Amino acid sequence: MAVLEIRDLHVSVETDQGTRQILKGVDLTIRSGETHAIMGPNGSGKSTLAYTIAGHPRYTVDSGSITLDGADVLEMSVDERAKAGLFLAMQYPVEIPGVTVSNFLRTAKTAIDGTSPALRQWVGDVKTAMTNLKMDSSFTERNVNEGFSGGEKKRHEILQLELLKPQIAVLDETDSGLDVDALKIVSEGVNRAKENTGLGVLLITHYTRILRYIKPDFVHVFVAGKVAEQGGPELADRLEAEGYDRYVEANA
Amino acid sequence: MSSATTAPATAGANKNMHGATSIVPVQTRNERLASFDVADFAAVTGREVDWKLTPISAISDLLDSSIDGSQLPLDISITGSASVTWVSMNDAAVGSVGTPEDRASAIAWSSTQDALLIDVHADDVSEVSVSRSGLGAAPRAAHTVIRVAPFAKTTVVLTSEGEAALSENVEIIAGDSSHVTVISLQEWSSTARHLASHFIRTEKNATVTHTVVSLSGALVRVNPQTRLAGEGSSVNMLGLYFADSGEHLEQQVFVHHEAAQTKSRVNYKGALQGTGARTVWIGDVLIGPHAVGTDSYEQNRNLVLTEGTRADSIPNLEIKTGDIAGAGHASATGRFDDEQLFYLQARGIDEATARQLVVRGFLNEIVQQITVTSIAERIEAALDRELEGIA
Ligand SMILES: Nc1ncnc2c1ncn2[C@@H]1O[C@H](COP(=O)(O)OP(=O)(O)O)[C@@H](O)[C@H]1O
Ligand SMILES: [Mg+2]
Repeated sequence: MAVLEIRDLHVSVETDQGTRQILKGVDLTIRSGETHAIMGPNGSGKSTLAYTIAGHPRYTVDSGSITLDGADVLEMSVDERAKAGLFLAMQYPVEIPGVTVSNFLRTAKTAIDGTSPALRQWVGDVKTAMTNLKMDSSFTERNVNEGFSGGEKKRHEILQLELLKPQIAVLDETDSGLDVDALKIVSEGVNRAKENTGLGVLLITHYTRILRYIKPDFVHVFVAGKVAEQGGPELADRLEAEGYDRYVEANA
Repeated sequence: MSSATTAPATAGANKNMHGATSIVPVQTRNERLASFDVADFAAVTGREVDWKLTPISAISDLLDSSIDGSQLPLDISITGSASVTWVSMNDAAVGSVGTPEDRASAIAWSSTQDALLIDVHADDVSEVSVSRSGLGAAPRAAHTVIRVAPFAKTTVVLTSEGEAALSENVEIIAGDSSHVTVISLQEWSSTARHLASHFIRTEKNATVTHTVVSLSGALVRVNPQTRLAGEGSSVNMLGLYFADSGEHLEQQVFVHHEAAQTKSRVNYKGALQGTGARTVWIGDVLIGPHAVGTDSYEQNRNLVLTEGTRADSIPNLEIKTGDIAGAGHASATGRFDDEQLFYLQARGIDEATARQLVVRGFLNEIVQQITVTSIAERIEAALDRELEGIA
């Protein structure tokens, strides 16, 4: 049973125009087995929240805290956070030329577990996970994200989620750019991970359509760097009907 | 770090990334002085187009006058029926491809007493490996001729390690329809100095893969040039280098498309780490007036791992015929990409391992094309050692 707690989080970035505050007091608590949807307009700071949880060096935490089961996440390096059980499925996964998917997955698994996986078992696990995500087996010999279509990149992120078995996953617009078939496949992957490992999910999205396949327990409306309203799944239906205008205007 | 790029004439794909782009007038490459007579070359000042990026004070003893040209101590292994013998510099095989184009090459040529002739007979399949080590700190000259007869298939590997102040010429003749692979691996001691000119000529339908791997040495300058003389011939010129603190690794590559329907690919990749690590790549491609149907592409990419390094990367392309299939070049010198590092670390991989993955991945494109397993393994091992130091 894991708990990720974010308290009064303020985050800024350095830009050419000087320091810019993006997160302005975020409070969130995510427990194992829970799915939290974070919905908000473009530019509201959703990816900033995701990157800050993962420890991207570009973002400066000015105040507030992030803890995982009481341990100070902000004190951890990026790889320590992953080893502690945090996972970020990125909105824009990065290409790594010359590094094959197979090599990458094995290296990551070894790092997370602290010991290299038993070969036969591992090869079988990778194969099964790829079949479930309808990924061709030739995929493992391609270089990480190089020349992948948008849909392939997102499947590859979910493949890692299923193989690395984190406790809490942040999915940053995993639905964007996916056609309905790919959206279903990716959603099924997330649901499998929830079922198999009791994964806690922070599902960042701009649209409600992924929520048809991954059912949120809580919905948080994110506007101008903080949570403007929260509720249950019904809040998503309301956003579907009304959009974000109400919040954006209230904020302006 | 600096990066210079010139592009006098281009057609087809042409991509320049990073670094400043400036147009520098280029002397037509085949009008450069070529002579066997040292006296034809003026004393090197360091301002010459082909010396201006080389720290010539470190090699003044190789640029001055005659040096020791006695036979080098070599360790030679042969599979197949290739013959490897010492021949007089007056032998017909010597000078059949190359003519010195700089003073160091001319001094080495005239100083050498005997040439090593690697003769691969028609229809033969063979592998030859020549290793040089323990050459000592005093200047020495050498000459090697690799003569591959029609329809033969051969791989020749030249490896170098230990102490040296070596100035040498290598001639490679690829006969009709031959398949020739030559790998020159430099893994010298940290004080070694090495100047080499490789002259390659391809006859009709010959296929040559030429690879320069420079992993260590105080000053290593290997300049390979290919004349695609026979119709339908092709060359794949590959390079991999890893410069550490205080090392100068240089390569000036020249491809001359003389005949019609010839193809060239040049791909050099290098990494730099540590204060004073220095690399130079100059790539000249000349598509002559008769070289219709030419297909040519050259690229150089450098990965800068730390502060205090400098990589020069200068591609030039000259086209003298309008009727080509394609010609392009790319040159890029980039810093280590922190986003790649973040992505790997976000999957639990520690920083040092992540850096190793990225650097090895970057160089992998070349390593993958090295068909001699023992050499590929040697490169991998050397990269592991180099990369242990970073992060
Ligand atoms: N590295 C950065 N440099 C400058 N501005 C940034 C940076 N990252 C985010 N921002 C700005 O912060 C705001 C929030 O961005 P982001 O977190 O990506 O929002 P979202 O994911 O909700 O679309 C945007 O206005 C964006 O331009
Ligand atoms: Mg975003």
